[in-house]
Amino acid sequence: MIIKLLPLIPHDTKIDFFGHRLYAFIASIIIIGGSLLCLSVKGLNLGIDFTGGTVIEIQVQQDPDLASLRKQLEGLELGEVPIQEFGSKQSLMIRLRQQEGGPEAQKVAIDKVRVVLDETFGAGTVDYRRVEFVGPQVGQELKKAGLLAILIAISGIMAYIWLRFNWQYGVGALLALIHDVVGILGLFSLTQMHFDLSTLSAILLVAGYSINETVIIFDRVRETLRKYRKMPMQEVINYSINSTFPRTMMTSGSTLLALLALYLFGGMVIQSFVSALFIGILIGTHSSYFVSSPSLYYLKLRAEPEAVVQG
Amino acid sequence: MVRLSLWKSILILLVCVLAAAYAAPNLMSKEKLAAWQAKVPSWLPTKTVNLGLDLQGGSHLQLGVGVDVTIRDNAENFATSLRGDLRDKKITYSSLRPALQGFSLTLRDATQADAARQVIRKIEPDIVFDESANDPAVIKAAFSEKRIKEIKDRTIEQSIEIVRRRIDESGTREPVIARQGEDRIVVQLPGVSDAGKIKELLGKTAKLGFHIVDQDASMTGRAGVNGMALALKENPASKLVVDKRPLITGDMLEIAQSSFNQNGQPVVTFKFNGIGTRRFCEASTANVGKPFAIVLDDVIISAPVIREPICGGSGEISGNFTVEETTQVSLLLRAGALPAPLQVLEERTVGPTLGSDSVAAGKKACLMALLFVIIFATTVYGLFGMFASIALLVNMVMIMAVMSLLQATLTLPGIAGMVLAIGLAVDANVLVFERIKEELRSGRGIIASIDTGYQRARITIIDSNLTALISALILFSFGTGPIKGFAVTTCIGVATSYFCAIMLTRLMILIWLNAAKPKEIDA
Repeated sequence: MIIKLLPLIPHDTKIDFFGHRLYAFIASIIIIGGSLLCLSVKGLNLGIDFTGGTVIEIQVQQDPDLASLRKQLEGLELGEVPIQEFGSKQSLMIRLRQQEGGPEAQKVAIDKVRVVLDETFGAGTVDYRRVEFVGPQVGQELKKAGLLAILIAISGIMAYIWLRFNWQYGVGALLALIHDVVGILGLFSLTQMHFDLSTLSAILLVAGYSINETVIIFDRVRETLRKYRKMPMQEVINYSINSTFPRTMMTSGSTLLALLALYLFGGMVIQSFVSALFIGILIGTHSSYFVSSPSLYYLKLRAEPEAVVQG
Repeated sequence: MVRLSLWKSILILLVCVLAAAYAAPNLMSKEKLAAWQAKVPSWLPTKTVNLGLDLQGGSHLQLGVGVDVTIRDNAENFATSLRGDLRDKKITYSSLRPALQGFSLTLRDATQADAARQVIRKIEPDIVFDESANDPAVIKAAFSEKRIKEIKDRTIEQSIEIVRRRIDESGTREPVIARQGEDRIVVQLPGVSDAGKIKELLGKTAKLGFHIVDQDASMTGRAGVNGMALALKENPASKLVVDKRPLITGDMLEIAQSSFNQNGQPVVTFKFNGIGTRRFCEASTANVGKPFAIVLDDVIISAPVIREPICGGSGEISGNFTVEETTQVSLLLRAGALPAPLQVLEERTVGPTLGSDSVAAGKKACLMALLFVIIFATTVYGLFGMFASIALLVNMVMIMAVMSLLQATLTLPGIAGMVLAIGLAVDANVLVFERIKEELRSGRGIIASIDTGYQRARITIIDSNLTALISALILFSFGTGPIKGFAVTTCIGVATSYFCAIMLTRLMILIWLNAAKPKEIDA
């Protein structure tokens, strides 16, 4: 009993993934449609990284009276000043919009807020954990640079798969990636979680995970096609997904466990980040099974190049 | 081949030992580490992972340099010398106006256009004429792109130098000051939890000049071509007209210090250098009885009357200062004037408590994640799971070692990249084990199964790792800030995980095969 096999990781499964593709397509359409709807109606809750503005995160020693604090800060005439509890009651996140009048005005605004906070909680007892200011110009640039980096990375992945496999695989991978990115954007829109620069790394993480899954199945498809030239495509796909199924269970299992550890012990700050990853990985697995793989069938992938009959 | 040659096995073990050694300094306490670094040569493992400002606390500032100001200054200087040269050549003109990157000249006599162009070329060869004007008497010209780039580059270099001096003078330790893009400077100040003071220091150009006051013009309040009206510090509503060209500029000062005068008021005392001493001596001799203005950043600090020639080479600036002001002004004068104004475009300050909280939480979460994964892998794969777990631990150590060696910066998103790498590492082992099981089930022998298992899985692992590596490299070259941090750890992690999964686990399995000589493996 050296390589044990616990019943929780089944092998020799013969699930008809391809046959159930219609249900999966409906699920995908709901995910994509819902995401697009959500994005167009609610949009993303963009953080200051992209909009410009100021964020102050503080920790105080007594439970704050949010209502009165809000009133005082609104009295400063700095526009709307949203205050949010951040993890615990005594951690607060205060956001200021971009003030008119250049960098000097931002500094003045931050100082005004500091005075109010120090008066309310007692000078010296407020721990300024984070102060971030992003100018509008930088915000625009970060938005552009982030978008560009993701687009180029996705094209790079597609190009590699195209070269290493076949164009059908490249297109399949691209479809899956779009599915995942739109899905996770929709999730951020639905929950209105802050969308900032570190959220981009969550999207990249999910995309990386999902493309890995896709590549592994594609690899198996290629191998199966070489071994069984006459096997119909739907069977090839089913066989490939089923034979990599234990691996998926195992890897997803350990990744989700690792995420669970991050969720439980990683501190409040990254909890929303981690839950986004959790759902993102489920979306990613779904896309590898039901978007990229079936698309090989629809793109008429065949075993041998000469087997592609003109028509 | 299921066997590994002896030298390959030794090499694998050697890499592991080296990794452990180079990762080890990260476990030392600060004091011990400093002592160790002082004792041994630097090629020995002495470096630790660089923590990003989000993890160690500190301030990150992105400054925009107003290069347009220097370009305009250059255009104005150009126009001034052109006026003189045109006069010498007796070329008359009706107007000469500096534009943003050049000037526009209207001649009285269009036939002198060629001569004027020659004069212009002589002063500045790197100029491009705008030929679109229909009127032959109008000459429009601008600096060439090459010249503009030169001006920009020089401005940024000088600004960085001045910023560095100012920050050093303020006593901040280990600042990182670097150019970013065409006209930006990034300043990173580890351990600084209130960037307000630094921003104040950087927000001032600190352009100092001593100018003669034009008393007649000041009475009428009308500044001529060579004069400019400036506000007084004490009373911004009233203005004095001073000569545009300064007698003395800030770079002619040698020493500036905060001090007190006889009346106990805070003042800035200074000493001129050689040129400054001579110039001020001459000017003060020629202008006895007249007031001169001490101008800092276009504000008149004070306008004392010259009672007698001043040739001693030192002096003081008084002007209702507070002690903080004199300290700041003298610091700015010592560090020098900025060639162009700076603007804070981005500021990110993380307090020390948030940084250390993030590190503590990150460490704990990573350890727990490892523990969960190890338990899971061992439950499912038994002994092979244990091999995979050891490889996973070695992988973590290797990532730390490589990060320390390359002095890469670890940030919060970087930790996310590490999690992805760990996921890929587990995945690689899983792929191999599943393949081995498949082979065993199809009835092959143990050695043959392990052999083909590795061979088959390797293709898949290379494909998946290369995909991850390609996207990480692209993100590294095109991304900014957090995206870069994510890309760095992913790149390193993918490389180390390939080594651990393919080489190390395999070595362990081989050693076990030789030692235990199993007859069969249940699959």
